[in-house]
Amino acid sequence: MINIENYHRPSSISEAVQLLQQGEATIVAGGTDLTPQIEAGARQFESTLINIQRVEEMRGISVTSGRYRIGGLTTVTDILESTTLAADIPVLVEAADHFASPQIRNAATLAGNLCNASPAGDMCIPLLLLDAQVELVSWIDESVSTRRLALCDFFIGPGKTVLQKNELLTAVEFKQPVAGFSASFQKSGPRPALEISTVAMGFAGVLEAGVLRGVRIAIGAVAPTPLRATATELVLEGRSLNESAIAQAVEAVQEEVKPIDDVRASAWYRTHLSGVYIRRALALFQGVTAHAA
Amino acid sequence: MQLEIEIKFSLNGRMVQTKVPPTMTTLVMLRENFDLTGGKLACGEGECGACTVKIDDRTINSCLMFAVDCDGREVQTIEGLGGVAGLEIMQQAFVDHGAIQCGYCMPGMIMQARYVVDQNTDKSHQLSRDDIARGLEGNVCRCSGYTKVVDAVAAVILDEASA
Ligand SMILES: Cc1cc2nc3c(=O)[nH]c(=O)nc-3n(C[C@H](O)[C@H](O)[C@H](O)COP(=O)(O)OP(=O)(O)OC[C@H]3O[C@@H](n4cnc5c(N)ncnc54)[C@H](O)[C@@H]3O)c2cc1C
Ligand code: FES
Ligand code: FES
Repeated sequence: MINIENYHRPSSISEAVQLLQQGEATIVAGGTDLTPQIEAGARQFESTLINIQRVEEMRGISVTSGRYRIGGLTTVTDILESTTLAADIPVLVEAADHFASPQIRNAATLAGNLCNASPAGDMCIPLLLLDAQVELVSWIDESVSTRRLALCDFFIGPGKTVLQKNELLTAVEFKQPVAGFSASFQKSGPRPALEISTVAMGFAGVLEAGVLRGVRIAIGAVAPTPLRATATELVLEGRSLNESAIAQAVEAVQEEVKPIDDVRASAWYRTHLSGVYIRRALALFQGVTAHAA
Repeated sequence: MQLEIEIKFSLNGRMVQTKVPPTMTTLVMLRENFDLTGGKLACGEGECGACTVKIDDRTINSCLMFAVDCDGREVQTIEGLGGVAGLEIMQQAFVDHGAIQCGYCMPGMIMQARYVVDQNTDKSHQLSRDDIARGLEGNVCRCSGYTKVVDAVAAVILDEASA
């Protein structure tokens, strides 16, 4: 067992990244991923722990001139209870509603969910539909340095991201979706809660003069990272929603997913479910857009 | 030597102070440093809710939260719900409805039930049985079958609405 030599509790981003610059450290947020991983021996602490829970500037949801910002320490409960998001970006609230249990949602942070980089992580799915960016902060040349990166470029493998050891994920940002934007979130499982996704699918698009535009498809638990199904998006882009387009989308998505067999489901079942979900997502989309027209 | 951190927080309404290693969970601290053995270690993975306590105004699984993080916060456990004054109304309702069997899950279940009812500040919307069940979905009971648990919580909601 690693002996913890230092414990820090910074209260600002600047303080936190200066600590990270001093050498290997484990960042602790809600602990809902970290604690079970440590207990199971799947991961070890570094000798320095940095508890970021008191960095108040990393909490909260705000909108500035059409740009939404969700602080990294915002909890899944905060997202679920946000009246702003419920009105403007309901797909984020839907994903939060399917997340774990009330007690886990109260502790689980958005940054923790993204940095844990589980292929079955749920909050990245709606964020991928929104072309979200992550804000990564570090301490370079005696000052705070910030870079922004598309969320789809953030994940590189199960549990792996491009986050550097000296970086902190401070916020997620995205633009106000275009008028007519309609999005859905589906997650498999016999109960809404405490279910690690066997497949989660997000779909978004706009119906413009009878054809689909701006199609976004994000799928969880079917590849080493959360997947943007760009080939399937292309199949649907500019099409009118008829049975032939739907059948081609089902075929394309089943071709595009690269699932594995594990304790929760077989690769065959995940592939099958991806087809079912795209069909359902398109039906939902049709229902909503027909209703709006 | 193992690093220990000194922390200070409000525990069931009283300021307390203790020393904890940075990797100790809140559940272990409550049980070992304060002898508050209501919260139980069952799964230790966030799946069952037997360790549910309230931190500030939110319930959490204390088996997943590091004890050091309690510093400066308000912690409430089942022992602080009714206390020496007797049983709190939610606890009494569980007794009256025969919702408790072995009792192992109950300190967590009742903390969460109290939270679910208190969270609903919208008086025009009375929580349904489905709302109650969803609020308790992070709490597993291996004995009772949940029906009487929901009965007990529904009775408290009715009682408090008419009070
Ligand atoms: C019972 C149970 C059910 C669950 N159900 C779901 C579910 O339905 N859907 C789902 O997606 N997840 C689920 N999870 C996983 C987990 O709750 C989430 O991934 C959660 O959002 C993690 O956030 P946290 O704050 O607890 O992270 P922590 O455990 O504190 O940290 C997770 C990782 O991220 C790193 N980290 C945290 N914050 C930052 C930061 N700001 N910058 C850089 N690195 C950082 C940490 O070092 C660590 O490696 C579940 C977990 C449990 C125990
Ligand atoms: S013991 Fe904490 S959730 Fe089961
Ligand atoms: S009463 Fe026995 S586990 Fe719930």
